[in-house]
Order: sequence, then C-alpha cells, then structure tokens
Amino acid sequence: MDHIVIIGNGIAGVTTARHIRKLSDHKITIISAETEHFFSRTALMYIYMGHMTYTHTKPYEDWFWKKNNINLKKAFVEHIDTDAKLLKFATGETMAYNKLVIATGSKVNKFGWPGQDLKGVQGLYQKQDVDQLEADAPNNEVCKRAVIVGGGLIGIELAEMLNSRNIPVTFLVRETSFWNGVLPEGESEMLNRHIKNHHIDLRLATNLKEIKADANGRVKSVIIEETGEEIPCDLVGLTAGVSPNINMVKNTAINTDQGVIVNKFLETNIKDVYAIGDCAEQREPVHNRRPIEAVWYTGRMMGEVLAQTLCGNRMAYNPGHWFNSAKFLDIEYQTYGWVFGRKGKPDYEQQFHWKHDDDTKSITVAYHKVSRQFLGINTFGIRMKHKVFDQWLTEQRDVDYVIAHLKTANFDPEFYAHYEKAIRSAFQEQLQSV
Amino acid sequence: MNTPNPSMSLTKPEAFDLSTKQRIYVAIGMIGLITLALAAFNITFPFRPVVLTGALLLIGMGIILFTNDLYLGKMEGIKNDGVMFKSISSRGIWAWISGLALTGFYILLYFRADWLGLAAEGETNTGLIALFDPLSKLLNGNPASQWFVYGTLYTLAILAFGYKFLLKYRHNRYERLRTFSVMFFQLGFAFLIPEFMSRLNSESFSLPYYDLKNIWPLNYYNFEQYRVNELISAGDIGLALLIFGVLSIFVITPILTYKYGKRWYCSWVCGCGGLAETAGDSFRHLSDKRQSAWKIERWVVHSVVVFVTLMTTAVIYSYLGDDSSTYWLTKSVFLISVGSLLTLVFALVMIFKRDQLAKDAQYGAIGYFVIIMVLIGLHYFNSSDLFLFKAETLRKSYGFLIGTIFSGVIGTGFYPIFGNRVWCRFGCPMAAILGFQQRLFSRFRITTNGGQCISCGNCSTYCEMGIDVRAYAQKGENIVRSSCVGCGVCSAVCPRGVLKLENDGLKGRINSNDILLGNDVNLMDLVNEK
Repeated sequence: MDHIVIIGNGIAGVTTARHIRKLSDHKITIISAETEHFFSRTALMYIYMGHMTYTHTKPYEDWFWKKNNINLKKAFVEHIDTDAKLLKFATGETMAYNKLVIATGSKVNKFGWPGQDLKGVQGLYQKQDVDQLEADAPNNEVCKRAVIVGGGLIGIELAEMLNSRNIPVTFLVRETSFWNGVLPEGESEMLNRHIKNHHIDLRLATNLKEIKADANGRVKSVIIEETGEEIPCDLVGLTAGVSPNINMVKNTAINTDQGVIVNKFLETNIKDVYAIGDCAEQREPVHNRRPIEAVWYTGRMMGEVLAQTLCGNRMAYNPGHWFNSAKFLDIEYQTYGWVFGRKGKPDYEQQFHWKHDDDTKSITVAYHKVSRQFLGINTFGIRMKHKVFDQWLTEQRDVDYVIAHLKTANFDPEFYAHYEKAIRSAFQEQLQSV
Repeated sequence: MNTPNPSMSLTKPEAFDLSTKQRIYVAIGMIGLITLALAAFNITFPFRPVVLTGALLLIGMGIILFTNDLYLGKMEGIKNDGVMFKSISSRGIWAWISGLALTGFYILLYFRADWLGLAAEGETNTGLIALFDPLSKLLNGNPASQWFVYGTLYTLAILAFGYKFLLKYRHNRYERLRTFSVMFFQLGFAFLIPEFMSRLNSESFSLPYYDLKNIWPLNYYNFEQYRVNELISAGDIGLALLIFGVLSIFVITPILTYKYGKRWYCSWVCGCGGLAETAGDSFRHLSDKRQSAWKIERWVVHSVVVFVTLMTTAVIYSYLGDDSSTYWLTKSVFLISVGSLLTLVFALVMIFKRDQLAKDAQYGAIGYFVIIMVLIGLHYFNSSDLFLFKAETLRKSYGFLIGTIFSGVIGTGFYPIFGNRVWCRFGCPMAAILGFQQRLFSRFRITTNGGQCISCGNCSTYCEMGIDVRAYAQKGENIVRSSCVGCGVCSAVCPRGVLKLENDGLKGRINSNDILLGNDVNLMDLVNEK
C-alpha cells in the first residue's frame, strides 16, 4: 500500500484521489493551504454576487472525505525533497510520501506594472481573493469605481460581479476587440456591444501604465498608457490571465519551465512524482492543444488518467476533441473543435458566421476551404450537444452535413425558438454569393 | 445545512438593499395587507366592496410595480443577485417575521376562523370574512367563508407573484409557459369554476365543492361519504364527476406521467405547486440539500402515502354495505379490490424494477406491503374496526396532521425558513405516487451535456426539491429522481448549458458514467463499461 500525497485540492487533485479510491486502498492525503475542503473554483464569482454561499460551492459534503478514507491536511508546502521523498511544510513539519502528485493550479499574472502590489489591487482566482473583494468592494459607497485590467474570461466575470453591486467598472482591454485573440471578429464585436449594454465602461486597445497610491498605500487611480488619462478608482482587478503556481517546485530536482514539465503519462523527470491540472506543462501537447491548459475539465481528465497509472494501469493523457464553454454576462458560449480568431487562423480555415437580429445569439462554423471538412463551431446564446459535435468531428463530416443536421445538435430547453432554418438559408446565401 | 449569510452589518450601506422606489411599492402592498389585517381585528369598514377592491388592488399593484422596477431596467437573464444576502431570502429577520405572520394566519384559518369573523350558524359574518362577502356573493351568491377568503388571497398571490416570475424569466419560454399554466389553472379551475358550480346548487340539486384538478390523494377527502352521496344524488353530472375522480388517479395521471413526468401536474397544474413556484420562488434555494435530508424525505413522504391509502380505504369501507343484492360494491368486494390492486403494483415493481430500487426502498416497500396486507387480513377476524382504529379517527388524524399542519402551517407558513416545496417534498402523497411512477416508468429525465459541467453548483442551489443535481451532472448521469417536479430552473441557471429536461424512450434512461465525454476514448470505455 502506497502513501499517495496530492498537493492541491482543486478539481485535478480531488479527481485523482476519488478515482484512486475507487480502484485501490492506497493511503491518500490531499494537502491544501487554501481551504479545508474541495470547492468549485468556477463558482467563486457567485459567492460575491450572492447567488450562492461558500457551502453551496462544495461538490461533496464534509463527511465525504472521511467516509472514503481520504485524508485532508491544511498546510502550505514549502519544499519538496525528492531524494528523501519528503515534503516540508511552512510550519516546519514534514510528511513522507511514496508517490507525489503536484496539482497546485495557477496564480494570477502580474506583468510588473508599477503599483501592482498595492492594497486594493487583486486578481480573482483563490477563495481568499473573493474574501478580499468582499472587504475592499462591499458596495458602491466604499468602492466608487473599479478598474479591471485584462479582457479575458476572468476579467468579464469580475466585471459582472462588480456590476451586480452597482459598482461602476472601467474595463481595460489590450486587444482592439474583446477576446479577439480567440474569437472571430463578428462574435467579439457582439460581445463588445453586450458589455456596453450592461453599462460597463469598456476601453478597447487600452493598456495600463501604472497604478497610483494614496497616502495609506491604497490604490487611488490608474494611468492609461495610450492617453495618459488618470482614472480615479478604489479597486483594481488584475485579470490578464494566469500561470502555473509552482514556486515550491522551482528549487527542487523537478524540471520546470512555465509549468512542471510532464510527459504524456503526466510523469515528471523524477520517478514517482507527477503533475496534473493547470500547473502541468505537456512536453508534447496533442490535437492543437496548448502545452498548459488552465481549464476545469482538463484538470478533471488528467486526474482520471493519472489515477489509472497510480493504480498500476499506466496510461497516457490523450484528450479527445477540444471543447469548452463560458458565459459572458447573459450570453452563454460553447465551442466544439477549433474555430480561430483572426490571429492564428490557418490558411485553410474558412468560416461561416450567422448572427440573430437581437444581437445575443450567433454561431461561427469553421471548415476546410478545399475539403469542406467541418473543423469546429462557436455557439453563442444557443446551447448545443457536446456528444453530437464530438461524433461529427470524429466522423470528419463536411460542413454541409453539419449545417443540414444542426437541429440534431440543439440542446436548448423545450419550447425555445429554433434558428436552424435561418442559419441554413444564410449558409446557402453565402454559398451562392461566393 | 446550506445556510445563507444574511448581513448583520449596521454601519455600511448594503449593496443589495431596496431602492427608494422599491420601498414605496412595498409600502403600497403593505397598505393593502394592513387594511385586511385591520378588518381581521374587527374594524368595520363602510363601502365594503370599495375597500375590498382597493385592498386587493393595492397588494397586486405593489407586487407588480416592485417587479417592474426590479427587472424591467435590466437585460434578460438570470436574476439571482443578492439572494444570499437579502434578509427575506436568507433566513434573516424579515424571513422570520413573514414566516411567523404566515404561520399565524394559517393557524387562525384552520382553528379559529371565528376570530377572522366567521359567523356562527344563522348569523352574519363580521371582520375580515365579512369584507369578502360582496365578492363571494358576486361569484357564488352566498356569504364568504374563511375558505373563500383564503382562496381569493391564494389566487391573488399566484397571479401577482406569477407576474413577477414571468418577468424574472422573460428569456425562458419553458418557464413562462409553465407559469401561465399554473396561473390559468388556479384562476379557472381552483377559483372561478367551483364558485360558479356552487351557483347551480338548489334545494333539489347540489354538488360538493370540486376543484377538478385536485386529485386524490392530494384531495384526500374526495371519496368521503358526504361527497360521494352528494355526487350520486346529483344525477348524471355528479356521477360523471365521481367517475372522473376515480379515472384521474387510476388512468389519466399514469398516462400523463408516463409521457411527461410528474411535472405535468406538480409544476404546470397543481395549486400547491403553483403557489410554491410563484410566491415561493424567492425561497427555492432554502431547500435542504444534504443527503440526510433525502433519506428522511423518502421515508416520510412514502409513509404519508401508506397513511392516506389506509385512511381512505377505511373511510370508504365504513360506509359501504354488506349486501351484494342492494349494491354490487360491498365491503368485501372493495377490500378485495384494494388488496388485489396493491398486490399487483407490488408484484410488478418487484419483478420488473427491483434492480432500480435501493436496498432501503426495497425493505420499505416490503415492510409497508406486509403491514397493509396484515391490516386487511385482520378485518376477517375483527370486523368491527378496519385497521384497528375507527375510520373516523383515522380520517380526523390525517386531516389534522397531514391536511392541516403539514400542508398548510408548515408547508406554506415556513416558506421563508425551510424553502417553498417542503410540503411537496416531504408530505404530498400525490407527489409521492407520481414520483414513484416517474422514477420507474416515465419518459421524462433531465439529460446532461457531455463534459461541459464545471461543478459550480447553481443547479443544486436552486433546486427547490433539494436534489443535488450537480452530483449527477458532474458524472454525466441523467437525473431521474422521483421528487423532481420539472420546474426547469436547474437548466435555466446553468451557466454552461449542461442540463435539459426531456421526454424520450425508456432505454438508457438511467445511466451512470465515471468518466465523461472528452477524455481518452479507451479510458471512457474501460471505466464506464464496468
């Protein structure tokens, strides 16, 4: 019986533990300095918005861990001694392991902006970040304006959160249009309008120059790079992405680059040490995927695979077709396969874009210019079935088949209006005009 | 328990406080309520029709104007901001005040209607009930009773808060249609039609009060002697209603539940459900999500079914005759039919669906089946009292414990504390019977969407029945639960488009995956096949 120690109680670490328990009776310990129990990080925003309490964000009741004989330890790992197979905690305590899983997740990116460590400047990733936000921005009297730096998925979540408490938000986005590094033009522009409809002060192609402090070392204002404008504010949200949280691995024998380097079996260069989730960096990523994927479900999938390996069935991480989802204020987004924004779009990729007149629903279908093979779809405001698109991607269906059978993929609630007909005729019109 | 955190702060301004306008609208509604309360304290108003109309209008207006201010200025979408902070929706001081006020009202209604002004035989109403006399006379020609007052306020609540729900979910057609439906059934079937029906009553012709959508066993008194007598003596119409009452539970209900799940009733038609979904919507997240609550629910709600079955059997038995030459349905024929029906259901489930029942459910089913059969068997040795107690005792205890205390005082009075579906979840025998069928023999299920679930928990939080929806969604498992009333809110609040209410074939309806779509195909096969 091994003692398997998992650093990090996020979705990756917890999934590993659960699946090890299903397969074996190894001793399992999960270590976290963040919270005592596993909670859903993706639901942090809802705590501040008052949709949920912290308790609601925990997918398993507190008795679950004892019942399944999974030990929890709240501690901060300071050093890993891979020769002695020993963890050293901040308290000076140590813990021996037979196998170690590093699942430490991410930390918020800071790009050396002057003032980035002032009071009232924060990211949004940890439970502690939400507690901090509650303290610094409880309402619009205490926080008269907030500035968010970085137009990605966390940035727009933070904007929605502050908006729910009627705190005016200025949203600085480096790109010329919201998230257009990922999204095609039409979708990105639709989101620009949607953000502005929510009375959020969206500033495109705008960079942060510095954050200024008041006499108490609290944020007082930000200066805009391009115009030199000073925007007074009481809170600055830094949401320019995340990167692997691997400080405690840096001075060990374990190889790191951006993240902890792993092979396709999620093994590091050191025997019996593995890394999964946001903090892992794949040496050979597969299927167009990036080496580091800070996505909920990839953390879960790596955990599922690693549990097999740890229980004697060595298995490679081999994710299926890319998919993802998000919600931009009131607009749900799902994607299956690959649809590129202008940046990074391969030459062979052709796109068909359809948008509803109400400006909250649209789809973009990507296909191969020559072979007409279906490559992927982005869908906004219309729910679609993962299973159907996964199958179509595997079967390498062509775009005409996909457009003709779009109704099969619909996952909207009953009685919702259908748009397949409108989409089909728009597609045919585009064909004729080409 | 998932306890929300009402802010206790006194110094800092609350982020989710009411605006000045909203305070004014609350005040408008309160003036209407206070007018009714004053009448209850025996203040006699002149111009009763005007005062009553005014009070009801003020209550309705207050709710409608408040709703408009709350939602119309915002874009369509999920509107749960501040739910866990607002006092009324997070077991704060206002929740307790309104809970106590509601509970108090129910206690008066059931036990001290005279305090509300109900007249003794031959006298005229006073107080609150007298205030409703003009409306009652307009509709059914008679003075009001406490039940008329209750029915009117109940209908007003469903209509006004129904408007609120319609606006809150104006982006969601499923929610809107469902709400129109409960508003229609409450106003028409529960309120207006029975009132008009009683207008037809005369010396020679009399129908009992009959809300057609109220089906036994929710309507546990449907087959009591006085009702059956009245129905039979009312000729063809009465007989038709009696037959309709029997067909409702044995034929119509099973067919509809097979096709659409129990939601066709619980969240589209039922009056209790209607109130829970409209006036109770602000409290849906208060349902207890713990697994222990689920265990209690299963025992309690099914015990109520057993209780109502025994009670109704005893009551009908008590007024049937022994002589088959006067009427074919004698005590013995009736008991044998009940016994055969229960045996048939029990046998079919145990033979074909045993593998779908958890261990404790099997023990429970066997235990209860044996108890009922023994009680029926006892009759042949001790023919005076069926089931050891007098039928009247059983009827009275059921009416008091279940009909009054559970469904009214606790079920509705404690909305702001226990959530809006406590009665439906723990007490309603109708919901239990429909749920039993929904779990075992129905096309309805909630499906999940591949690997898209992020375990955020919005679905579980806003499930009024306390189902841990997320536990299924994050395993890619269909949600097939007897308690699900199909309100569709889990699907609505899901930020990633994971949940969908559907009717489809029985094959593969109950599935369980340890590995979700998106991971290595071999791993999915390896683990999920086991």
